[in-house]
Amino acid sequence: MIVVKDVYKDWKEFKLQEINLEVKQGEYFVILGPTGAGKTLLLETIAGFYIPDRGKIWLEGREVTCVPAEKRGIGFIYQDYSLFPHMTVEQNILFGLRVQKAGAAEANRKRVLELMDWLNIAQLAHRYPGTLSGGEQQKVAIGRAIAIEPAILLLDEPLSALDQRTQDYMRDELKRVKDDFGITMMHVTHDQTEAMLLADRIAVMIRGRIVQVGTPQEIFNKPLNEELADFVGIENILSGVIRSNEQGIAEISVDSSTVVYAVSEFRDGAVKAFVRPENIILSTHMDQSSARNVMKGQIERIHEVGPLVRVRLDNGLVALITRQARDELSLQLGGEVFATFKATAVHVVRA
Amino acid sequence: MRFFSNWTWEQIKREKIFIFSLLLGTVLVAFVVITLGNMFYQQAEDLPGLIAVAVDPVVLRSIWISISMALAATLVAFIFGVPLAYFLARKNFWGKSIIEGIVDVPLMIPHIVAGIALYGVFMRYGVIGQPLRSLGIVVTDAYAGIVIAMLFMSLPYLVDTAREGFKDVDPRLENVARSLGASHWRTFREISFPLAFPSILSGAILTWGRAISEFSAVLVLAYHPISAPILIYEKFTSFGLRMSRPISVLLISICLVIFIVLRLPRWGKR
Repeated sequence: MIVVKDVYKDWKEFKLQEINLEVKQGEYFVILGPTGAGKTLLLETIAGFYIPDRGKIWLEGREVTCVPAEKRGIGFIYQDYSLFPHMTVEQNILFGLRVQKAGAAEANRKRVLELMDWLNIAQLAHRYPGTLSGGEQQKVAIGRAIAIEPAILLLDEPLSALDQRTQDYMRDELKRVKDDFGITMMHVTHDQTEAMLLADRIAVMIRGRIVQVGTPQEIFNKPLNEELADFVGIENILSGVIRSNEQGIAEISVDSSTVVYAVSEFRDGAVKAFVRPENIILSTHMDQSSARNVMKGQIERIHEVGPLVRVRLDNGLVALITRQARDELSLQLGGEVFATFKATAVHVVRA
Repeated sequence: MRFFSNWTWEQIKREKIFIFSLLLGTVLVAFVVITLGNMFYQQAEDLPGLIAVAVDPVVLRSIWISISMALAATLVAFIFGVPLAYFLARKNFWGKSIIEGIVDVPLMIPHIVAGIALYGVFMRYGVIGQPLRSLGIVVTDAYAGIVIAMLFMSLPYLVDTAREGFKDVDPRLENVARSLGASHWRTFREISFPLAFPSILSGAILTWGRAISEFSAVLVLAYHPISAPILIYEKFTSFGLRMSRPISVLLISICLVIFIVLRLPRWGKR
């Protein structure tokens, strides 16, 4: 369990500002933020490499704000794994045990062997880190960190330096670490997919502040403001005024000819309406569908992003559709389409 | 030798700048080789002179003094210099570049000037010489004087090289070691120091070599007990090249052997 309360730290060129977090026992908690948001510094402060100017930190119910790193019982994994280059794989993993339980040499060795088996790296035992691939180094770093049986594992962009396939594999390994050892995980990343796939909960950090904490569902669909919406890839941000609200469905007038219906409690006033591009369906004729919102537009731009296709309309809407859908609808530049989305797919915040 | 094998005209064109660099660099290498080689060559014509020197107890004693006092100076530089180097590598503070500059000053000033300055401090009535004398320690014309003169002239090599070595050790390695339960001191012992050790050793070798070769400062502070460079100088001014050269050849030979042995483990690597 990690509790961070009002933590403030000034590095002159950068500040951590009034950080408040609560990570539950056994939770996979991801701190998501753009590069330079201060995520690593926050993680290092929790690990005890820095002492905050103000505020307090508790780990497993114990206040550790000024406790040195070696007495916090945390595991730490850096983006580049930071393996000790002058030690073999086995010696790397053994390091923490050797330092903490010098007397139990035999038990320590046994534990290292078990861990290497568990990570499938027994064959690498006598190699030096410089000769290992990124994925292998990552496994050694995991082994080294969990050998000391930490209650908490802090991970700083652990997947960023890996190729796509290894990333997929290592994500599962990280989940396995959490599930098999019941370790509380705090993982820092700028990668939204990674956050979505791994996190029980996500905290979004921008410019040294935590701006929103929630489940992946909440973070990606219900951002608190326009900046967050933009950050999590909501490309459709409409400004409007609420005209009426009937049974929880707000009618938002976006411009003189456009009205958007959204599920919202707000009854009046200026608002922003967010719609994720993947929640917009394109069709070539007016369909009889349950979706409340239909907007007509001309296709301005089509481009492929991985397995999906991003379609931009002249009314400013952006939709993400599958390649198959594009082919079935035989979408062309300049073609006229109807963009439909449900009232539940619209997230409304005060402007 | 892989660099030279399988050359085609195309490759030569591509490697132009390296060939150019090599040609110019050869001038410097040749400069060193010719100077020392010539001395060895001339001495080879007078082997009996060399042998006579090699069994002369005065000469051997002076060489031993040079080598052992240089080792003592290196040891002192190591004990005080490695912590300083670690501190300078890890901490940023106002005036850091001033401290780094002060450490390098001995590289800049004429050695005779350094000798005179040292004499002023360590002579009987000097600011340090006087209190030391009341403790019964005399520096001038004593072993301690040789060590002090050598230390002053050679300490920058150890501090600078060790500092760069520590800088190359990623602080994150230290962080990880701390997170694994190692105290700061243990982290230094098991991570930072071993990883910086090749640099520290390089620095120590440079320091030691520089200390052996110190002449002017030693001359002013401790003419006696007579160390090798001073003996060589004395022979040179009194009897000329024929008497001074064999001692020089002997001193260089011994130093080269030690130098090569110390550097051997690293020559295997590229």
